[in-house]
Amino acid sequence: MNADKAIQIRAIHKTYGPVKALENITFDVAPGELFGLIGPDGAGKTSLIRILASLLLADEGEAAIYEWDIVRDYRQIRKHIGYMPGRFSLYQDLSVEENLHFFATLFGTSIEENYDLVKDIYRQLEPFKSRRAGKLSGGMKQKLALCCALIHRPRVLLLDEPTTGVDPVSRKEFWEMLNQIRREGISILVSTPYMDEASLCDRIALIQKGKILGIDTPNGLTSRYERPLWAVRASDTYRLIGDLRTFSNTHTAYPFGDSVHLGLKEATDQAVLYQYLLEKGHESVQIEAIRPDVEDCFMEWMGG
Amino acid sequence: MKAFFIFIRKEFYHIFRDSRSLLILLGMPIVLVLLFGFAITNEIKEAKIAVVDDTRNKVSREMAQRLDASNYFEVVVYPENQSVMDEAFRQNQIKMAVIFRNDLSPAHDSQIHLIADASDPNTANTLINYATIIIRTFEQEHPAQAKPARIQTEVRMLYNPRLEGVYMFVPGVMTIILMLVSAMMTSIAITREKELGTMEVLLVSPIRPFGIILGKVIPYIVIALANTAVILLLGTLVFQMPVRGSLALLLGACGLFVITSLALGLLISTRTNSQQVAMLISLMALMLPTILLSGFIFPIESMPLLLQWISNIIPAKWFIIIVKNIMLKGTGLEAIWKESLILVGMTLFLFLASIRSFKIRLA
Repeated sequence: MNADKAIQIRAIHKTYGPVKALENITFDVAPGELFGLIGPDGAGKTSLIRILASLLLADEGEAAIYEWDIVRDYRQIRKHIGYMPGRFSLYQDLSVEENLHFFATLFGTSIEENYDLVKDIYRQLEPFKSRRAGKLSGGMKQKLALCCALIHRPRVLLLDEPTTGVDPVSRKEFWEMLNQIRREGISILVSTPYMDEASLCDRIALIQKGKILGIDTPNGLTSRYERPLWAVRASDTYRLIGDLRTFSNTHTAYPFGDSVHLGLKEATDQAVLYQYLLEKGHESVQIEAIRPDVEDCFMEWMGG
Repeated sequence: MKAFFIFIRKEFYHIFRDSRSLLILLGMPIVLVLLFGFAITNEIKEAKIAVVDDTRNKVSREMAQRLDASNYFEVVVYPENQSVMDEAFRQNQIKMAVIFRNDLSPAHDSQIHLIADASDPNTANTLINYATIIIRTFEQEHPAQAKPARIQTEVRMLYNPRLEGVYMFVPGVMTIILMLVSAMMTSIAITREKELGTMEVLLVSPIRPFGIILGKVIPYIVIALANTAVILLLGTLVFQMPVRGSLALLLGACGLFVITSLALGLLISTRTNSQQVAMLISLMALMLPTILLSGFIFPIESMPLLLQWISNIIPAKWFIIIVKNIMLKGTGLEAIWKESLILVGMTLFLFLASIRSFKIRLA
């Protein structure tokens, strides 16, 4: 394998009994890259991250982090990665400071040695440093967990849904932190079910039911969406979806915030649809051509 | 090495910050020793008895006084006849009755009957034993007055008398506590890391599985040995339990048993993923057999053969034999090496089994 890549994944398969959790997963993460693994719950994100963290064995395929094979060199891997599980996994009965100190010492380093790496995050935690970790808010817990995963200056950071269950403001702050960490040359593989976080990554992989639907930069991915896409609004959104799905030119129609995103089979005039909806009795109909985002891509390819 | 020490320190934080485990670890030994010492004991104090005196002579009166004067009995009624006495039994006024009766048979000029309420067989038996001793002593002191009297006792239930085990509870409680602290608390402590997901983070760190186990176990060894000291102190100071053999040997035996129990706890924790399951297994598969089959409460000799065989695989049985030998008989290593070797063998086996099943990954 190529030691110049931060993460290399080759044809990884994993099954749990009859369930195929991962099917033929292959991709690379470059050094210093912020790579997003985007997909809904149960897509196989956690399995993949655990396999890379040397916590699970794949049924087939191989993977490496820099020059270390994830199975053979698991001991090296465990020295050089930072791992943050999907569930809050610090000691709730230890204080913020004790947790950080514990993990620093466990990895043979000290808070002082790598303080510059975590200082921006830790500074926000410092007012609460003698508080038990279990008593922190969700966002604070994730920041502490990130600190603990970072304190030994890993070369690769594996984050499993770090922003799930975190309020929007903290989510935004968290992503800003990831951006800073990447600037230190640390590669990051982060999984998330939130499509809107995809645009914050350098590259993303869309994953669904154990299969990768597409890998590209967020812009590259959306530019591959070829259908005309309209956002349609009407006073009764619920009925609107049903009627749009029976429209002859409709390829996909799904709710998206307060509108319905409509993927068309072929380009046509908006007036045709407008007329159709008026006949169906819809009021205050608005139709607008839009640029697709990652979620539109996901919905499109998920069906295919 | 520094990582290892911080691991141990963290483990002590867990123990001292959880009031429940602290209570079990530090309060339980004292409570159990005092409970067994004061409440759950065979010793009888001031048991209420009745004296039915048909003879009305000096000897019977003195004998009744002697019983009354002892710490064990208190004569509360002097029923006129046996039906009044029966009533007193039924109403729970008395635990035992002494009957001095005029025997028409020329072979004996007096006869003493002891009748005990055997709805509580242990107490009944103890009462009969105490009374017999007092009456015999009295007769030996007054050979002229009383010709050798035949003492007939009437016990309404037969069971195995086990008066020789008054000192059993200190070794027994020690066994339970060491088992509880070492096996149950360690298995809970390790499964807690699994349950809370912290084991996942520990695995993805440079610390080796052996280091994780050792770091989790050492605090419990310290606490278990401290508990041993507390129990021994309470046993010797409060209950005058003798330590006739070598104290060093005794502590060595305790250390060995602690390690055996830890190995058991480890094995449980490698096979389970939740604290509750670990606790249930520890209670059902460890504590119950330890209490029931180790000879602590029920003598092994009187068990069915099958249970006697099963008792052989219970570490506590061997530990109790060792402790009794050292404390009560004052024997040295020459008398307990066989039992000690059995414990060492069990420990090695359990450690191998748990190291084999410790996972370096999640699944």
